[in-house]
Amino acid sequence: MTEERDTDIIIAEDHKPELANDWSGGDRKPFRTSYGKLMMWYFLLSDAFTFAGFLISYGALRFSSPSWPVPDKVFATAPFGIHHLFPNDEAPLIFVTFMSFLLIISSGTMVRAVQEGARENKRGVVFWMLLTVLGGAGFLGCQAWEWTNLITKENMTVTTNPFGTYVDNGYYLDPETGEITDEEVVEGETYLLHVAGQSHGEEAAAGNHDGEAGDHFEYSTIPGDYPGYVVDGARPDGTGDPTAKPFIHRKYVVVDEETNEQILKIQEFGPTAFGALFFGITGFHGFHVATGVIFLLIILINAASGVYVARMNGYEMVEKIGLYWHFVDLVWVFVFLVFYLL
Amino acid sequence: MAQHLSYEESVRGVWKGLGLLAAVTVAEVILSLLKAAEFAESIRPLIYVASLLIIALSVYKAYFIIYEFMHMGYEVKGLAMTVLLPTMLLLWALIAFFNEGDAWRKSREKVLYKDQLVLPNSTEAGLSDDEVTLPE
Repeated sequence: MTEERDTDIIIAEDHKPELANDWSGGDRKPFRTSYGKLMMWYFLLSDAFTFAGFLISYGALRFSSPSWPVPDKVFATAPFGIHHLFPNDEAPLIFVTFMSFLLIISSGTMVRAVQEGARENKRGVVFWMLLTVLGGAGFLGCQAWEWTNLITKENMTVTTNPFGTYVDNGYYLDPETGEITDEEVVEGETYLLHVAGQSHGEEAAAGNHDGEAGDHFEYSTIPGDYPGYVVDGARPDGTGDPTAKPFIHRKYVVVDEETNEQILKIQEFGPTAFGALFFGITGFHGFHVATGVIFLLIILINAASGVYVARMNGYEMVEKIGLYWHFVDLVWVFVFLVFYLL
Repeated sequence: MAQHLSYEESVRGVWKGLGLLAAVTVAEVILSLLKAAEFAESIRPLIYVASLLIIALSVYKAYFIIYEFMHMGYEVKGLAMTVLLPTMLLLWALIAFFNEGDAWRKSREKVLYKDQLVLPNSTEAGLSDDEVTLPE
């Protein structure tokens, strides 16, 4: 009984008649459901429109780009160097699949919490909600790692997208001598531009070669136009963009089909919108997960301290936060679809 | 319907549903990797079929989450319709904006093409026999 005494005030509030039934003015509940649940559904409907707006603008911008980064290439890293265990040091979509599982499983544990609530089983509600919170927090942790890796290691920002995609077939120039090599440039393949002087960049660039010329070659860190590549930034002769990060762009040649001329090309940045859309949309979803975790925690603490025992309505509050939590999972289905699968 | 299920049955239902969602997700990832595999590049239809399958599976996942996990299947029909019918508006938004995006790409390509056209010099200007052909 001491447990209930702590929440006497809230229990007293709950016994006010006007709070016991939020639908006033009639003896039948519209749609045979409670006010709170119905309004949660309508909030989720409006939120669905917000997300749909973002995702449709993603689609429109993707359709408007001549090329788009291939997700298997962009999302091919995993923490603890797990991606080194895979061929080519790439673990395509493995980490993000794990993230999806975390969210799906936390959705399942949420259903369990609602079921236990319907049976007025306080211990069950608390246990399953705790697992749900852990799943949500785990997802957020994974997303934090993913963002950190993209920003600090791969230099992707809202305005810079180093993931470019070739739009024609051709051959690379040797970075050192500028001669045409037999190393192929394949249309539709996504590449990552590295920043000169970053160890990560050198490793990966050397890894692209099959033990040929580039093996012991080191890219210059001084901005300039070199025989086989270009480094961004302020050049010693005063030209170049002083605000630019020293990205390395390799040169390659493409043979014009009509004239048979060799056209020299330089690796370009990918579509600018990619970074803004990725950070904007996954960030907005992550924000929903974060608020969901906070509300889950509040309701978890309330449930544990017996607030909903007194209400005798089958832990309806748990049902409402459950609706929200499933919605967050539902949105992830579509974010996962457009950013990672297609 | 959930109301008629015993507690044990509905608990089993949750784990079954979870297994189903996990299996569908794995299938999606496999299809996505297959679509991006090197041998698939030469087979265009494979990419389209795989993409459509992935989209269909995602829509199925969404249906399952709404109807089972969110219990929409057990609510009054009117409630379900007031929530689900407005989303039908999005179908037109999808068609219109994707079409619009494609038009942006086309007009950008047109501008880029026009930019690289060389202006005829003064002797050639005006009416000349040189025909300037613009590809459609």
